[in-house]
Amino acid sequence: MSEIEGIYTIWRRENIRFLRYKSRIVTSVVTPLLWLVVFGTGFGSAVKFGGIPGGYQAFLFPGIIGMTVLFSSLFSGISVIQDRQYGFLKEMFVAPISRSSIVFGKALGASTTAMIQGTIILFLAFILNIHLTVIGFIAAMIIMIIMSLGLVGIGLFISAFMESMEGFNLIMNFVVMPMFFLSGALFPITSLPEWLEVAVYLDPVTYGVDALRYATLGTSAIPMHINIVVILIFAAVMIFASAYAFTEREQGLM
Amino acid sequence: MEYIIETDNITKKFDDFTAVNSVNLKVKRDSIHGVLGPNGAGKTTLISMLCTILRPTSGTARVNGYDILKNANEVRKSIGIVFQARALDDILTGREHLEMHAALYGVPKDVRKDRIDEILELTQLQEKADDIIKTYSGGMKRRLEIGRGLIHYPKVLFLDEPTLGLDPQTRESIWEYLQNLNKKEDVTVLLTTHYLDEADKLCDKISIIDNGEIIKSDTPRNLKKELKADIITIKVDKEEKFASLVSGLDFVRDLHMINGAIKLMVESGENLVPTIVNFANENNIFVNSIELEHPKLEDVFIQYTGKPITQGSGNKSKKGRFNMLKRRH
Repeated sequence: MSEIEGIYTIWRRENIRFLRYKSRIVTSVVTPLLWLVVFGTGFGSAVKFGGIPGGYQAFLFPGIIGMTVLFSSLFSGISVIQDRQYGFLKEMFVAPISRSSIVFGKALGASTTAMIQGTIILFLAFILNIHLTVIGFIAAMIIMIIMSLGLVGIGLFISAFMESMEGFNLIMNFVVMPMFFLSGALFPITSLPEWLEVAVYLDPVTYGVDALRYATLGTSAIPMHINIVVILIFAAVMIFASAYAFTEREQGLM
Repeated sequence: MEYIIETDNITKKFDDFTAVNSVNLKVKRDSIHGVLGPNGAGKTTLISMLCTILRPTSGTARVNGYDILKNANEVRKSIGIVFQARALDDILTGREHLEMHAALYGVPKDVRKDRIDEILELTQLQEKADDIIKTYSGGMKRRLEIGRGLIHYPKVLFLDEPTLGLDPQTRESIWEYLQNLNKKEDVTVLLTTHYLDEADKLCDKISIIDNGEIIKSDTPRNLKKELKADIITIKVDKEEKFASLVSGLDFVRDLHMINGAIKLMVESGENLVPTIVNFANENNIFVNSIELEHPKLEDVFIQYTGKPITQGSGNKSKKGRFNMLKRRH
């Protein structure tokens, strides 16, 4: 019982922080908008994009939602480093609650805020003339949460081994960007050269984006049940890995 | 159970550096106990082990009857802790901090609101309760942290350098607050400090720690009384020569050289001032100044460690802080 209470408390803090940093909410919407409106329109008018009503812009839409979730989740996970620098992690660690609950609370909190950001983008569907069903809308929200849990897990796992935010650019260039570009958020993954195809299928974000594409547009490159199974397993593995890292590295984190 | 904290040869080593060396500390229930020592003496390391966030290399301790190794969770439920570094979230309000803490420590939901109001009154933060921490002054933040440490009614409150970096007025108000708290509530306070006045005014008992070892534990009064001596501080032109000559005199019980001054421990100083001045003149040593004092805690510290507290612990000062050391791994 007290563990659940602890998870809830940490979840709540994450959400209060998110809602209070108004600038963060605004910026989290601006970048996706640029992609959708500027890149989507510009690139969309340069290429012939058949198959999907609404063309390239509609195709890009679930990809950009996936991108929002990816960025937001990973950075929330890494933000534990800041908690550590401000001594707040210590305050949580000395409480009579398990390390796994702290990790789980943090992950749930971060994925909730990522989902909120994704949902804000989801509302743009109406402007972009994408016909979104209620079930599709709810399905997209659930997919975002599952996807986000795994990505927060990566962030948390990294933060267990990083001393400061100095390695931030490294993470950005070697983890976040490759995951984004390989995810099929920007291009169809059906007719790629083999080397790229392998890399794309190794990226867990691919399955999340593909699932989102099914929820919003009704088409997917990979069967839906495979998408869901992959992101569920990915979420479970990463949460367990980061909980394990936090428990093992407990002494090093304080 | 007379002692609420008892350590059993507790030791912490970082590589080949021993931060805390076989410490046996006993803290009486409901007292304010001070661990006094310079930076890097091992204070923070000791307190971190007692509140279960650092595993000892060997030895153990019991806090509120629970073993810190075997019953870490029970220990955590029995203690409140205020860290040396601030541990507040700038964007949350004071009330939210208290709510979070109460929830994490399993304070029952139905009493939570009352407890929070009680703590806000105790810390006199009612008016600031719903403002975010960014708007708090240093003293308010400290009071909030102490209050937060109390919300689950801990048996022991650990304070690591509670008034570090605060202005004199705020320090005094925090001392007053802690003394009241100790009187009113059933709580033992263990604090670390390198301020002698803090230890002297606030603590029922003081343990002097240096280079990871407890050198002496007693009440501030007894520590001062035990010196049974007055201190004559003298400044001369030929220090080395004078020191070697004067140490041969039979009324000089002890001698320390600090910052160009010579401190002599003597039994009753009043009659000796002229004698010493004459003695210096006879040996062609010019006396710049001479001063007689009754012992202060600082002199007690010098007596036991051979140096003033501001000098740091050995030549390893600062490096003894466990978190700095660990960064090198």
